[in-house]
Amino acid sequence: MKRYLIPLAVFVVLAGFLAVGLRLNPREVPSPLVDKPAPAFELARLGAPGQRVAHTDLRGRPWVLNVWASWCLPCLAEHPLVGELARSGVTVVGLNYKDKTEDATQWLARHGDPYAMVLVDRDGAVGIDWGVYGVPETFIVDKDGIIRHKHIGPITPQALREDILPLLRRLGG
Amino acid sequence: MAERAGAFCARAAALLAAAVLVLGAVIATARAQTAGPAADAPAAVTAAPQAVPLSDDPALEAEVMRIAHDLRCLVCQNETIAASNADLAVDLRGQIRSQLRAGRNEREIIEYMVERYGDFVLFKPPVKPTTWLLWGGPFVLLVAMAGWLAHMLRRRRAEVAAAQAPLSDEERRRARELLGTGAE
Repeated sequence: MKRYLIPLAVFVVLAGFLAVGLRLNPREVPSPLVDKPAPAFELARLGAPGQRVAHTDLRGRPWVLNVWASWCLPCLAEHPLVGELARSGVTVVGLNYKDKTEDATQWLARHGDPYAMVLVDRDGAVGIDWGVYGVPETFIVDKDGIIRHKHIGPITPQALREDILPLLRRLGG
Repeated sequence: MAERAGAFCARAAALLAAAVLVLGAVIATARAQTAGPAADAPAAVTAAPQAVPLSDDPALEAEVMRIAHDLRCLVCQNETIAASNADLAVDLRGQIRSQLRAGRNEREIIEYMVERYGDFVLFKPPVKPTTWLLWGGPFVLLVAMAGWLAHMLRRRRAEVAAAQAPLSDEERRRARELLGTGAE
C-alpha cells in the first residue's frame, strides 16, 4: 500500500504546482513601485504644450494615472471604462506614451476625452521611470503621492468593480 | 538471492546514472542560459545598429551590451534586452547608455532597473529568503535522493547478508517442526 502512496503523493504535489502555474499570468509582473512614492515627473499637457505639470501638482487627493497611446488597441477596449472611472469623480490623468501629438488628439476627438488632463511622454522616459512595460497600464496614487495599485493591461469591468473603485473609495477619492 | 541483489545493484546503478544525467542536464542548461547571451553577443551588437542609433564610442556600446545581457526584456520575457528589438528593450538600452554617459556604474544601473521592474528583470535572481528554495532546491533534492539511495542500498545489503547467513540452531529446530520431520 505504502509503495503506491508515495507516487500518488508525488503526483498530487506536482499536479498542484502545475495547476497553480496554469492560473498565473506570466505577463503580469508585480510592480515593486506599489506602496512606494510615485516617481517624479514634469511633463507638458497635450494641447497646451506651454503648460507643464509636475507630480507635486497632483498631491492632496487620490488620482489615477492611465498610460495609453493612440496606436494601442487594448487602450481602445478599456476606454469606456476609463470614462466610467472618470465619471465616478476620480481625477484620471492620461499619460500619452510614445505617441504623435496629432494622432493622440484625433484619437481623443473620436473616442472621447475622459481625462482631467493628458500629459505627453514623447520618448517614454517617464514610462520607464514608472516601470511601464506595456500599454495600457493604470496606477492608483493616494493623496500623499504613494502608488497604491498597478493594473497591467486593459481595465476590465471586473477589475474596475472589484479592485479599482473599492480601493479609491478607501483612499477617499 | 545473489541474483536479486545483483539485479538490484544494476537498478541502483541505473538510477544513479539517471540522477547524474538529470543533474548534468540541469547544470548544462543553467550554463547555457548564462553563457548563451554572451556567446551570441556579436550578433546582438551587429543587429543593434538597425534598432538604435549607435553611439560613436565602441567601448561605451560594448558596456551597454554587457549590462543589457543580464537584464530581461519584459515584453518578450525570455530574451535579454540586449537580444531583443522590442521597443521597450531599445528604450532600456538607451537608458543604460545615457546613465553610463552620466557616469553611473553597472551596480547603480542594475539597481535602477530593479527598483522599477523588480527582481524579474534580473536573469540571475539574487539569493534572499524568497529565492532560497529556487537556489537551494536542486541541491536539497540531490542530497535527499542520495540519502534515499544510500538507505536503500544499506537495507538491501542487510537483507542479502541475512539471507546468506547459515541457519541458527533455533531456526533449524523450527524448520524441522514445520516440515514435520522428527529427525534430520
